[in-house]
Amino acid sequence: MKIGEPEKFIIDGKRLDGRKPGELRKVKIEVGVLKKADGSAYVEWGGNKVLAACYGPREVHPKHLARADRAILRCTYSMAPFSVTDRKRPGPDRRSIEISKVTRQALEPVVFTNLFPRTAIDVFIEILQAQAGTRCTGIVAASMALADAGIPMRNLVPACAAGKVGGEIVLDLSDVEDNFGEADLPVAIVPQKDEVTLIQMDGNFEKGEFEKAFKLAVEGCMKIYEIQKEALKKRYGGA
Amino acid sequence: MFDIVADIKKDFIVNLLRSKKRVDNRAFDEYRPIVVEPGVSEKAEGSSLVKIGNTQVMVGVKLAIGEPFSDMPDLGVMMTNAELNPLASPRFEKGPPDEDTIELSRVVDRVIRESKCIELEKLCITEGEEVWIVFIDAHILDYDGNLFDATALGAISALRNTRFPKVEDGRIIYSEKTDKKLPVVDRPVETTFAKIGKDIVLDPVLDEELVLDARITIGTNEKGDICAMQKGGDGTFTQEEIIDLVNKSREKSEELRKLV
Repeated sequence: MKIGEPEKFIIDGKRLDGRKPGELRKVKIEVGVLKKADGSAYVEWGGNKVLAACYGPREVHPKHLARADRAILRCTYSMAPFSVTDRKRPGPDRRSIEISKVTRQALEPVVFTNLFPRTAIDVFIEILQAQAGTRCTGIVAASMALADAGIPMRNLVPACAAGKVGGEIVLDLSDVEDNFGEADLPVAIVPQKDEVTLIQMDGNFEKGEFEKAFKLAVEGCMKIYEIQKEALKKRYGGA
Repeated sequence: MFDIVADIKKDFIVNLLRSKKRVDNRAFDEYRPIVVEPGVSEKAEGSSLVKIGNTQVMVGVKLAIGEPFSDMPDLGVMMTNAELNPLASPRFEKGPPDEDTIELSRVVDRVIRESKCIELEKLCITEGEEVWIVFIDAHILDYDGNLFDATALGAISALRNTRFPKVEDGRIIYSEKTDKKLPVVDRPVETTFAKIGKDIVLDPVLDEELVLDARITIGTNEKGDICAMQKGGDGTFTQEEIIDLVNKSREKSEELRKLV
């Protein structure tokens, strides 16, 4: 047993933070929060506080990375040293590099990179405060920053995780649930298209549990998608 | 340069798949011939050489004594690292690990760790002070696609023949191995599928890997539980495809498990 592990994760149908198994934490999204960036977004998701900025399409440096037929999309996921309990050493670690990669691949399918050959579209994601689920929060923020920058996209990309704690499938793990739970399954989708752009998983799902968790995560994505659309309407109007 | 060649090849491979054929004439759900040679290194505490077709990966396990993590004072420590050595492919460059190398290490680490196949609680020597540290190092020797499955298979095979070295007065004598085996209680493996156009194939060969739209690696344990998953590539899967591949992975991983 690890230090700090709770005895039970679900008591009387309620999780430790009072949520029901299929309930999201509170999510707040705002776009256009940074002045210099071409597009930006701020997302608060439970205790996560994440900023994303989009620059581009712009000239590619270093030049050899440029592609003659399309823009390159580059994503950088970074955690502030003070975003977590034990100070995180600044700079990219292996986890950040992997998350940057899967974030890029989660967004690439919706961006019309073919419209901007020989350019780069850069997205920077900064985790200011972390409380489980930062990669999903980052993808949500990044997709909003791209939209805010006016980059042509097929759709927004919502992301959400489901998992298993105390043998139960739940949506959107909290930090305690993430640290001591049995499985975590982050998913990102293109709504309305039945396309999964990100799926990762660690832990243990028995036969059947995976399908249940996967469907729950997709439902969570759809809820996030509504919040994303609202945030854009709030900034730019439209019914 | 490679990418231009890949673009030209893509049409060819996609059309071939549409007519139900693969570049090397395999069935869509067929592995290339797999060879697992455990115990290939005398210096390592455990080792294995895995060949999947022309892909070759050598995995070595070294044991050391060190401090546990502060939040897990009574558990041993495991670390997985992969090296994409430039001798293995013209596509690999020397220098610090790039994102593909890091992803490979982490996805292989995930299935070993999450399957709990190493009984880390048995690696505790003095709680909070000394535990065994298991270093899993994978070296790619020849790259012809599907490094995930080859490396994961090599890792579990190497772990299963890992024996503790002799310890005298708290010091390890690496030259003398004991008969005591590393406590490994499961045989997790990973299976990787590539989606190219509309078709999905198991165990992509390099040519297929270079043109794939999306990739998914699924790790399972002996019970058939899913322990790890990673989607890659700039394309997408449908929900149905993923559920279908999870079930296929359970089936195909049995073929791999027989080899270790």
